[in-house]
Amino acid sequence: MASSKTITVEVDDVSYTDDVEPRLLLVQYLRERLGKTGTLVGCDTTNCGACTVHLDGVSVKSCTMLAVQADGHQVTTIEGMATDGRLAPLQEAFHQCHALQCGFCTPGMIMQSASLLTENPHPSEQEIRDGLEGNLCRCTGYQNIVAAVRSVADGTVYGDSGVSTTVGETETAGVS
Amino acid sequence: MTATTEVGGTGASRPEVGKARLRKEDRHLVTGRSRFTDNMVLPGMLHLAMVRSPFAHAKITAVDTAAAKSSPGVVAVLTGADVAGEQGSVPNVWPITPEQKGPDHPSIAVDEVAFAGEVVAVIVARTAAAARDAVELVDVSYDELPVVMDLEEAFTDKVLAHTSLESNLSATWVFDSAEAGTGSSVQEAIDNAEVLIERTFYQQRLIPAFMEPRSIVVDPTGEQVTMWSSTQVPHIARLMVALTLGIPESKVRVIAPDVGGGFGGKLQVVPEEFITVMAARRTGKPCKYTETRSESLQAGHHGRAQVQRLKLAARKDGTVTGLSVNLLADMGAYLGLIGSGIPILGAFMYNGIYKFPAYRLECNNIFTNKAWTGAYRGAGRPEATFAVERMMDELATELGMDPLAVRETNWIRHEEFPFTTVAGLEYDTGNYEAATSKAVDHFDYEGLRAEQKRRRDANDPVQLGIGVSTFTEMCGLAPSRVLGALNYAAGGWEHAQVRVLPTGNIEVVTGTSPHGQGHETAWSQLVADKLGVPFENVEVLHGDTQISQRGLDTYGSRSLVVGGMAVLAAADKVIEKAKAVAAHLMEASEEDIEFVNGSFTVKGTEQSTAFGDVAFATFSAHNLPDGFEPNLDSDATFDPANFSYPHGTHLAAIEVDTETGHVGILKYVCVDDVGVVVNPLLVEGQVHGGLAQGIAQALYEEAVYDDAGTLVTGSFVDYLVPGAADLPHYITARTETPATSNQLGAKGVGEAGTIASTPAIVNGILDAVRHLGVKDIKMPCTPSRVWHALEEAKTTGGVR
Ligand code: FES
Ligand code: FES
Repeated sequence: MASSKTITVEVDDVSYTDDVEPRLLLVQYLRERLGKTGTLVGCDTTNCGACTVHLDGVSVKSCTMLAVQADGHQVTTIEGMATDGRLAPLQEAFHQCHALQCGFCTPGMIMQSASLLTENPHPSEQEIRDGLEGNLCRCTGYQNIVAAVRSVADGTVYGDSGVSTTVGETETAGVS
Repeated sequence: MTATTEVGGTGASRPEVGKARLRKEDRHLVTGRSRFTDNMVLPGMLHLAMVRSPFAHAKITAVDTAAAKSSPGVVAVLTGADVAGEQGSVPNVWPITPEQKGPDHPSIAVDEVAFAGEVVAVIVARTAAAARDAVELVDVSYDELPVVMDLEEAFTDKVLAHTSLESNLSATWVFDSAEAGTGSSVQEAIDNAEVLIERTFYQQRLIPAFMEPRSIVVDPTGEQVTMWSSTQVPHIARLMVALTLGIPESKVRVIAPDVGGGFGGKLQVVPEEFITVMAARRTGKPCKYTETRSESLQAGHHGRAQVQRLKLAARKDGTVTGLSVNLLADMGAYLGLIGSGIPILGAFMYNGIYKFPAYRLECNNIFTNKAWTGAYRGAGRPEATFAVERMMDELATELGMDPLAVRETNWIRHEEFPFTTVAGLEYDTGNYEAATSKAVDHFDYEGLRAEQKRRRDANDPVQLGIGVSTFTEMCGLAPSRVLGALNYAAGGWEHAQVRVLPTGNIEVVTGTSPHGQGHETAWSQLVADKLGVPFENVEVLHGDTQISQRGLDTYGSRSLVVGGMAVLAAADKVIEKAKAVAAHLMEASEEDIEFVNGSFTVKGTEQSTAFGDVAFATFSAHNLPDGFEPNLDSDATFDPANFSYPHGTHLAAIEVDTETGHVGILKYVCVDDVGVVVNPLLVEGQVHGGLAQGIAQALYEEAVYDDAGTLVTGSFVDYLVPGAADLPHYITARTETPATSNQLGAKGVGEAGTIASTPAIVNGILDAVRHLGVKDIKMPCTPSRVWHALEEAKTTGGVR
């Protein structure tokens, strides 16, 4: 086992200096060393996106990076998204559009969606779907996730909490 | 028909039931404050890693653990021999026949492994990395044995999956309508058939592939063993840990915290749970095991995996006169908890929504050298629905009828309910006409048929097909008597407790155990209406056997229709108890008290007292009726008399590129009837997720093994769980015929989308290319399979 290396990383606006083994993955560092368990691990082949965080504002899969590669960089996790107890627009949108069920993919989905909207503030439905290609969700069938991202892009996310938003062209009230 | 079913006996209005309430569950999940099992850290916690067999079938001749034991950080290494006296056999609780056979199934293999991925040794170390490092150091000597991978070949017994068994056959189960007295003889129907359709369908192996890999933490410190597990079934897991490891139930507590999806995959009590308990008890330290995705795919349970041989007899006018089904069901190497019963759950649904007069099913459960099988979303019913819906399309083709017309010729008309089917089930309510006509309207059936004709006439390289699928399923897995009659070891009731806090706030304890379905929100809505308290003032507790003391957990779309009913029944008892206190406080007689909109009122007077005041008076106990115990808490157990039968009609417009074999979904419409809806948002979410999984079976997913028994699709690189760009936009709508098997009128929704969508897609693909000579395509209908089918049709004389 190679000797450890000292790294300094700013995570969710707090600076951390730690000795880490060179082989330690960024996601392990975040979860196991910093206790940032909002970032999750769903696979071992960089396919699921559950571990997505931002590195200097750009989404990366933290299971595919070593902690030492984050040395000197800024990391934002899902835990850094809400400010002053107020949900970030995407967090609110996921809630309002019922874009999560078990919630396991959700942190990664939100981080990836945020990155997507930074790159392309007005994506089409297809662009949203393509942009989420690296993030798997087994529960929602994606339609409401797409709607959540859409609603943030359209600026319609903040509704009357507690009342359903209409999702896509889906008809929900059909009693015959 | 508008739903007017009364939820409460309270005369209360129902502001909550039917409302698209946003979820209570979401906030901690969107902010990353989740409590998934792998997030847990306990003081002194040790980590487990599994040494798994690379061979699908082999004798274990030696396990040398010396090097691993001296590896840095390793605390212990366990082998099958080490725990031989302790580990019991991993249980199966569904002996479908008294003669059912199955091999002994130790959690850690002792002298033979029967599939690749079976645990042969366990590393216990101070860190997860140290445990993984030491896996490589365990030296296991194997004598390889022949493997049997193919289901049909396994049925011949030429190669045995286990040396301890004389045959690969676990059990044969037969239903015959003539013998059961529910219908006539299938053989006669076949002998006299004007049209006979014979087909064989392959239900490929699927993997539930929940996003959260299994994780287990066991704390053995203290008097009790506490297990946190990513499970759908904490109550069943507790009982199985107790029975298998010989620990009294009272010493076992199981907690299912946030659970990242299940889909039946976590309705399995797994060797790793027993192993983690054994490791924790041996070391006296908390132990954690979290599987990797590859381990999850390789050694977690799989679903479907059946060969279905069918014969459908009919008259020339399209009336079906009988259906015979011969099933081979792949159990994998071992019988899972309920794996043996999955085909039986489907056996009752091969007649679909139809009035078949004769039906026979024979099912053979077979062992192969693969991972075991068990419930996967729909469990048996998607397989049945697929087969019957494919057969209805084949019949339509044979007779030159429209696929909807063939269905209409055979379905149960809405005025005929309740209807006892040839399989012996009593369908309580339904309206297939209404759901179908609504689907047809939303879909623009006529318009798309015209477009299909246009493309055919133009010999367009991208052909259009219309996929039709109707379905019903048997939901609300409960009636304990029925389960008993099917030899299932447990009952199917559900339990709930409603606790009234001093302020009048309510705690609901449910025996169901959600993993994404939104029980906290839905149960709050039920109780808010029933007790007339605000939605926000209801707290729902679940998934901890110490809090929720009795229950049978969540699977088979049973939570609302069985568990929700238990909640309502418990709330009814709360009202009854509170009435006595209210009467006493208002000096009235109990008979004169009415409970309306959250207050107790003396009939015919203005005198009234709020629920919260009664709650506080009960808590303070200063002035209660003589002998009244100072609490309003109540519990109830609900066991319905019948299943519930949601149904629906799904229509898919499918484009097939005849040059590349690519399949696209142009439009997808589903109309589901799930009875009374408590929360349309949750229902819609369940439908979407279900559709995704059903479409995935049709187009993408398959667990593939090579001939040596290695799972080729052992990671998300090869096992194609669809992403956002692979799935269409769904158009969903509903009709509503309330169930009569429960007071709420709900039918269950979790599996609907999955069941109906697979045949809708495959029927659509075939409808697009049948005129080119393609007769069938095996699932998943990948571009390469579709292309090959088209090429083969050309050479075998299909018209082009
Ligand atoms: S855990 Fe990083 S992509 Fe799956
Ligand atoms: S919400 Fe469960 S995986 Fe996306």
